[in-house]
Amino acid sequence: MLVTDSQIDIFHHSEALRNNHAGAYSCFEGWIRDHNDGHEVEKLEYEVFEPIAIKEGKKIINEAMELYEILGANCIHRKGLLQIGDCAVWVGVTAAHRNDAFIACRFIIDEVKIRLPIWKKEFYRNGDSGWVNCENCGRKN
Amino acid sequence: MVKSIKVSYFALFREKVGKSSELIETDASTAIELFKELEGKHGFNQPFGHCKVAINDELAEWESDIQSGDNVLFFPPVSGG
Repeated sequence: MLVTDSQIDIFHHSEALRNNHAGAYSCFEGWIRDHNDGHEVEKLEYEVFEPIAIKEGKKIINEAMELYEILGANCIHRKGLLQIGDCAVWVGVTAAHRNDAFIACRFIIDEVKIRLPIWKKEFYRNGDSGWVNCENCGRKN
Repeated sequence: MVKSIKVSYFALFREKVGKSSELIETDASTAIELFKELEGKHGFNQPFGHCKVAINDELAEWESDIQSGDNVLFFPPVSGG
């Protein structure tokens, strides 16, 4: 688990997962899109509380290793200012078979989104800005 | 007994308070008591069930005891990814 203020080197990180026992590599890339909730987005800023984000991210990866038949996994999340099209988060998973790679990858990104102390602030083309609500805040507690 | 607690705020909470941390003198004995005390003062107005608390850089339960000298961190609902 890493947090970085530089562009994520996806090739480097996926190569680091390479394993001759692996028949499958699955990844997720979260990109910055140009719209959200009816607003035209110009750029986006991520705030990360790293001491806990890294600790909790490692915990999520360890949980995935225990829950699924996978060989390796990693997650990199950006912090700071990002532009449209930038990769904000990458998750990579290797496994002997594709099903475990797919579901473990899904598990990791889903947990990252709800457990890590990371917040995004959107800056809109009309000059407004705002903190984005968490995905599950609409649900009942 | 009055305790001296450093409280740290992030993202929306930091903007509402106008600073990233403050020293609070409080009678609160748990994290949730302290949060409720400050929530009204600063107008956090966020769904409580999705907020989190950490004590001295470790995620904690809302019912955790707080001690003088602790750094209590209040996290608004997260939105990573």
